[in-house]
Amino acid sequence: MVKKIQGFVYILGDDINTDDIVPSHTLTLRDPDEMAKYTLEFIDPNFVQNIDKGNIIVAGENFGTGSSREEAVFVFKTLGIKSIIAKSFARIYFRNLINLGIPSIELDWDENEFTKGDKLEIILNEGIILNMTKNTKISFKRLPEFLMKIIEDGGILNQIRKKLSK
Amino acid sequence: MSYTVAEKILLNHSNLKELSPGDFIECFIDLIMVHEQLGGRIHKEYEKLELDYVWDPNKIFFILDHWIPAPTISAAQMHQDARKFAEKYKFIHNYGYNLNKGICHQVLPEMGFAKPGMLILGSDSHSTIYGAFNCLSTGIGATDVSVVFSTGTLWFKVPESIKINLKGKLNPAVMSKDFILKILGDVTTKGAIYKALEFQGEGAVSFSIDGRMTVSNMSVEAGAKFAIFPPDEKLDKWLNLRATGPYNYITPDTDAKYEKSMEYDLSEVTPMVAKPNSPSNVVSVERVEGVKIDQAFLGSCTNARIEDLRIAAEILKGHKVFPEVRLIITPASTEIYKQAIKEGLVEIFINAGGVFTNSTCGACIGGHFGVLGDEEVCISSTNRNFKGRMGAPTSQVYLASPATVIASAIKGEIIDPRTYYNG
Repeated sequence: MVKKIQGFVYILGDDINTDDIVPSHTLTLRDPDEMAKYTLEFIDPNFVQNIDKGNIIVAGENFGTGSSREEAVFVFKTLGIKSIIAKSFARIYFRNLINLGIPSIELDWDENEFTKGDKLEIILNEGIILNMTKNTKISFKRLPEFLMKIIEDGGILNQIRKKLSK
Repeated sequence: MSYTVAEKILLNHSNLKELSPGDFIECFIDLIMVHEQLGGRIHKEYEKLELDYVWDPNKIFFILDHWIPAPTISAAQMHQDARKFAEKYKFIHNYGYNLNKGICHQVLPEMGFAKPGMLILGSDSHSTIYGAFNCLSTGIGATDVSVVFSTGTLWFKVPESIKINLKGKLNPAVMSKDFILKILGDVTTKGAIYKALEFQGEGAVSFSIDGRMTVSNMSVEAGAKFAIFPPDEKLDKWLNLRATGPYNYITPDTDAKYEKSMEYDLSEVTPMVAKPNSPSNVVSVERVEGVKIDQAFLGSCTNARIEDLRIAAEILKGHKVFPEVRLIITPASTEIYKQAIKEGLVEIFINAGGVFTNSTCGACIGGHFGVLGDEEVCISSTNRNFKGRMGAPTSQVYLASPATVIASAIKGEIIDPRTYYNG
């Protein structure tokens, strides 16, 4: 199965931590839509207004460092973020992305390669990003088969459900 | 094949005959700890599986600790959802009603649940702490917890291991917190992503169990997946008092392969402080001396154990908290609370002008019992000083050892704890 993702670039910096993404004071909110309203409120107060369904986040190093709170992935999913490209990911955050079926791409990119609003097409199994705005092609190290399978199944719980029903 | 401690324990929990770093493997889990997250995303995710069971209700440790007792309606509702789930699935180790236990990471080992050779997971990033007990442990998110609840297994990528060899021992009023802050300053918050840290050598076992817990706990701020200490007679003593059932000490093979080795002489470590807004923004205390503070907080899973309270009382005795400073002490567990009463420590704190709360995560996550207002400055024994972590986004948190926190509370500004320590 060829997995293609299209979306528009939204740039974030280095060391964006889980408390930046989901501030602690919102952690007890039960409604995911309500929680998502506060995404990145302290470091990028207009984030929620500025993004549309179908954005791709392009971030710096150590993205998602900090807490195990999966809410920090779930708010992006709620807001319709399709994929996150980062120079590196924190361990738990990386797992949480994969487990929720959001393709996470590790790529040591530079500022000439992506600008806010660029239209991208990511071809996951080939390890290729087409920047359709800049008309460029960027290669990345594709996810190992094991993790690709989780993404293709739409997240690990779908995979578990299949396994348990066998 | 020869193996590091992490590789050995992972292998022991798999069906494999051998493994190497980078392999994706499936492991059997010995114990999983869950806290408020059970009433957050975990119960919602798990119910999607439509199962009427969990794989083993005897291997789940459930406790509420982040917002105890509930300070808001939404926290109270989260607690209700968590308790309902624990009852529905008949958890055996259900401490959802016991508000007098304390912080998960302190209570679980106190009750003897963390034993050498085990593979333990927790719905909290600081679950690396159980590495102090010569086991493998790490934090996972809500979906991973649901996978473990349903199957008792989880996928892992076998990590590379880093050896950190320690010699010497710490000088008076210098604490294991200063050592882990120093490492964070050296390797940064991305220096150990996905790595297993193995602390070895005479210096590693010179730390008390309390001190080891602080190091394993905060290793996650460097990105570490595991942070393991070797066994010794101090661990023996702890386990003899608290643990039941068999366990085996795990040591690395002599020719085990490490990605790299680092070496520290503990006698050269001095009091360190992490400035806002990163745990790796570390300088030695003299570089921030004179920074005025509004609040001093001694608490959290990182540093509020009996040893921490003892040194705090020793420094505070005969002094008063600076008039414009709020000193808040939140012990890591109720067992520690009771011990602190018994030793007369609580009286010292209160007489000096401090407040002593029940055990909870509380102020560390900006939850309650010490939330910071606009532009307030706090020196804190906790683990993270991210923007807005303890309250207002303009507040400033400096991370330090309990000794430095208390000395600064007396002076009203950040100061080297050795100024007040007569040890």
